[in-house]
Amino acid sequence: MRRVADRSRFEDEALVHADALYSAALRMTRDRTDADDLLQETFLKAFRAYDSFEEGTNLRAWLFRILTNTYISTYRRRQRAPLETDVDDVEDLYLYRRLASAGLSRSAEDAALERLTAPEVLAALDDLPEQFRLAVLLSDVEGFSYKEIAEITDVPIGTVMSRIHRGRKALQQALAPYATEQGLVHAPRT
Amino acid sequence: MADHQRCGDGEVSGLDCDEALATLYTFLDGELTEERRTIISLHLDGCTYCGDAAHFESELRIVIADCTRTTVPDSLLARIRAVLAEEARGG
Repeated sequence: MRRVADRSRFEDEALVHADALYSAALRMTRDRTDADDLLQETFLKAFRAYDSFEEGTNLRAWLFRILTNTYISTYRRRQRAPLETDVDDVEDLYLYRRLASAGLSRSAEDAALERLTAPEVLAALDDLPEQFRLAVLLSDVEGFSYKEIAEITDVPIGTVMSRIHRGRKALQQALAPYATEQGLVHAPRT
Repeated sequence: MADHQRCGDGEVSGLDCDEALATLYTFLDGELTEERRTIISLHLDGCTYCGDAAHFESELRIVIADCTRTTVPDSLLARIRAVLAEEARGG
């Protein structure tokens, strides 16, 4: 009976994070079936390890750590993308600088952001090399701190900051053609 | 156009734009010390170029997050609950 009570408590506390974990799983695997399996496996592992979860610590971060580890150990090897790829080192605040240098007002810049569609944004995210994609996801979508991301992904904080930073720049570079209107802002050189 | 000129003497609140922009991500990430945060904040309030940059970066994050967030299909959630029930039974 203890296990029934455990399961009920686990479901109450852990399943509220299912949407966030699933959104991340989709961007990690870039495949619907893999994301489904990854989410299921994450919850199963978390349930089995729930005794070792320290009450009062960050359950959401703990679940994301299991998700990330499971993805890396099981699903990553199926991905064909090379792991060691890097991103171009473009300037900081790439998109904003392009729009501002074309003389756009704040409202025109907002309009440029509104022109971005979900398929464009997701394609740009999915094209990022994995380590940058993960860092940007955990930071900009999930709002984890540098320290939490370091714990989730098992890399030093300095590396986390560098990955987030470079990932954002590369993402902005990829989004620039969509955010800019022909004739108003020159297409970026690549 | 004037909206987007950098601040005239290159310095607002004792900070030049290059320094403010270089710290912008760390500022938006909430990872600065209180003292540093206040300095950057004053600069962003007083400088249109950098203030607009902060606004733009925040809005962009919202767009990216909104496009990425989705909900788990009910069928998948049911499958997960079933797997957990099976596991709890000693499966």
